[in-house]
Amino acid sequence: MSSSTSTALLSLLPFYPLLSFLVLISVGKRLTWRFAASISIAAMALSALSSFLLVTQLSDEVLVITAQLWTWFTLSGNEHIHIRFYLDGLSGVMICVVSGVGLLIHIFAAAYMKSDQHFARFMAYMNLFIVAMLILVLADNLVLLYLGWEGVGLCSFLLIGFWHHEPNNVLAARKAFIVTRVGDTAMAIALFMIFKEIGQLTISDVNQSAKILWIAGDSQPYWIALLLLGGAVGKSAQLPLQTWLPDAMAGPTPVSALIHAATMVTAGVYLIARMHGIFLLAPEVMTYVAWIGALTLLLAGIAALAQSDIKRVLAYSTMSQIGYMMLALGAGAFSAGVFHLMTHAFFKALLFLTAGAIISALHHQQNLFNMGGLAKRLPLETSLFGIGLVCLMALPGSSGFFSKEAIIAQLWSSTTAGPLLWYCAILGALLTSIYSCRLFFLAFLGKQRFDTQLQPSSSKLLTLPLLFLAMLSAFGGMFAGVLESSLANVFILIPEISLLNQPSWLHSVAISAPFIGIVFSWFYFSNYRVSSTGISSKVVEQVTPLVQFCQQGLGFDTLYRTLLVKPYLALSALNRKDVFDQLLMLNAWYIAMCYEILSISQNGKLRWYAAAIGLGVAVLLVYLTVSPSMITASAMNSTMTLAIMNPTIITLNMRAS
Amino acid sequence: MSAIPLNHVLILACILFAIGFTGVIVRKNTLFILMSLEVMLNAVGIAFIGAGSVWQQADGQVMFILILTLAAAEVAVGLALLIQMQKRFKSLDIDLLSKLKG
Repeated sequence: MSSSTSTALLSLLPFYPLLSFLVLISVGKRLTWRFAASISIAAMALSALSSFLLVTQLSDEVLVITAQLWTWFTLSGNEHIHIRFYLDGLSGVMICVVSGVGLLIHIFAAAYMKSDQHFARFMAYMNLFIVAMLILVLADNLVLLYLGWEGVGLCSFLLIGFWHHEPNNVLAARKAFIVTRVGDTAMAIALFMIFKEIGQLTISDVNQSAKILWIAGDSQPYWIALLLLGGAVGKSAQLPLQTWLPDAMAGPTPVSALIHAATMVTAGVYLIARMHGIFLLAPEVMTYVAWIGALTLLLAGIAALAQSDIKRVLAYSTMSQIGYMMLALGAGAFSAGVFHLMTHAFFKALLFLTAGAIISALHHQQNLFNMGGLAKRLPLETSLFGIGLVCLMALPGSSGFFSKEAIIAQLWSSTTAGPLLWYCAILGALLTSIYSCRLFFLAFLGKQRFDTQLQPSSSKLLTLPLLFLAMLSAFGGMFAGVLESSLANVFILIPEISLLNQPSWLHSVAISAPFIGIVFSWFYFSNYRVSSTGISSKVVEQVTPLVQFCQQGLGFDTLYRTLLVKPYLALSALNRKDVFDQLLMLNAWYIAMCYEILSISQNGKLRWYAAAIGLGVAVLLVYLTVSPSMITASAMNSTMTLAIMNPTIITLNMRAS
Repeated sequence: MSAIPLNHVLILACILFAIGFTGVIVRKNTLFILMSLEVMLNAVGIAFIGAGSVWQQADGQVMFILILTLAAAEVAVGLALLIQMQKRFKSLDIDLLSKLKG
């Protein structure tokens, strides 16, 4: 394939879903399900196919493929902002994940949402999301990246609130939008700072110029990196902006799989990996990144232990897995972080979609405590979910194992991380396996705790994507070598982390941590898995204050409500009559006053008007007699004398009025 | 018979005019207002006649005839309005007609 073909292919990549979006949003209501589904899936298939083709074109000779479409606008200082796509190893991985996993989720969604009356709108939003996500990862400059960044935020908002007749869904959508907006503001400021300090916005130029302009530890890269981290934290649902993600599960399950597990929430990881040139110059911020990741993964792991909603368990698990990615980035293990991003996209999409299939088979039952014993009833779904959980727990051989072990291995001797963070990661792995086991036992083992008739879906469209994802999850570890070589060209500036002087027991502990978790939960959650019919083994959710505290995400929502939301609401209630409004209302008040005064004179009484006319004439007469000097022309003088001498004119005037 | 000075005629006209005007303002009864208007018109007429005789011009008397015709027409319309008013309001109080209040 020639280079011009690949350029053309690259420049067209986001336009297939865009076209599909435009068709579906304009005439979607009149299309049949078959037609709408085929359009959106075909667009995704085209994108996925071209993504794979493009990635195979990248080699050691062709490190980067760019495609310039047009110039968007020009900033002062002759900095042109182009619509230009930039494909290297990193964005190659991302477009494959976005369009590949996106394609599978689109197929699943087409079947899952078939009976929804706004099906076309749903698929249109999903396509728009893919457009924005592709723009985000392919962007050549930060402004275009920001466009995609906001685009995915918008689609996330639209899709969380897709079933907008439920007030809770709308509230969740609003919360997600506002909380991520906090991060986006930080990111916008970072862009301004980059433009002010460097004068360029093209990503590769920024990374290179930063290296020339500054040395590690300067204050400019520190602040820029910190602000960029703010953006990443908001988008990727990390501490302290993580509260929106569990609520975002209000959206349809394919949305949770696509946006809130596989792609959008990893945009923050992508951003940091993309801007590694700046982050490497700010080692303190790298340490912050690592700590944020570590704290989030522990916090989310603890919260996941107490959830009763299957989707919320997965949401917290997503948060904690992104915590791992952040940890990797903070430690300087960029390739490992991106690798985990990819494998996580596979197995978390699988978990979410399987959960969706289970939920719909159970008539929209999401509570784990109302499931149980599904292993016998839904064997296919059970085994698929099991594969996903094995990857999540990172048991040896699964894709999650390769990526997570790669992260953990580099933590100990990293200059920006260290042994303490290594312990956090191990603890996180332990927690992961415990909540995974709890989830599996509650849902699939034990006694059946529902009495509705199961409604398993036999549609090929539902099961095929699941099987594909399961294969990817199981064998995704094979991509490690390919990924390593292609990412090595991207992260060329990053010093290798030496793994030589580590204690020898690290590796065995890391591998055994999930097993310890499994053994622990095997005994600790034994009543969840045993299917004996005795009353003693009855499974009910015990809501102790501690459980409740964990269930609500360790009180962050309450904290933010008391610290931010309530004072803000109180302030706005105080200022209900806006001060600035009142200044403007002064105008209106003045006009109203003039109206009042003038309307007094218009009292409708004829005699009053006659008297007013008389008074007016008298005043005029007095004025004209007393000050004749005011009248300049002599002609006016003669008129005046005539007026005095001849009252008829006055009378006639009066009658006329 | 010596000629009456113009000043006297004008003073008489002014007094009559003032009386008529006062009547228009003070009286509430529409009939009396119309009558006061007639007084005012005649005051003007006197002034015209006086001026005409001083300058020996017929214009003054022509003007007076004009005023008379005008007064007759005005009274015709005015009285018709009065009848309507009596029918609608059972009263001739001019202050009742204040619908155009601002």
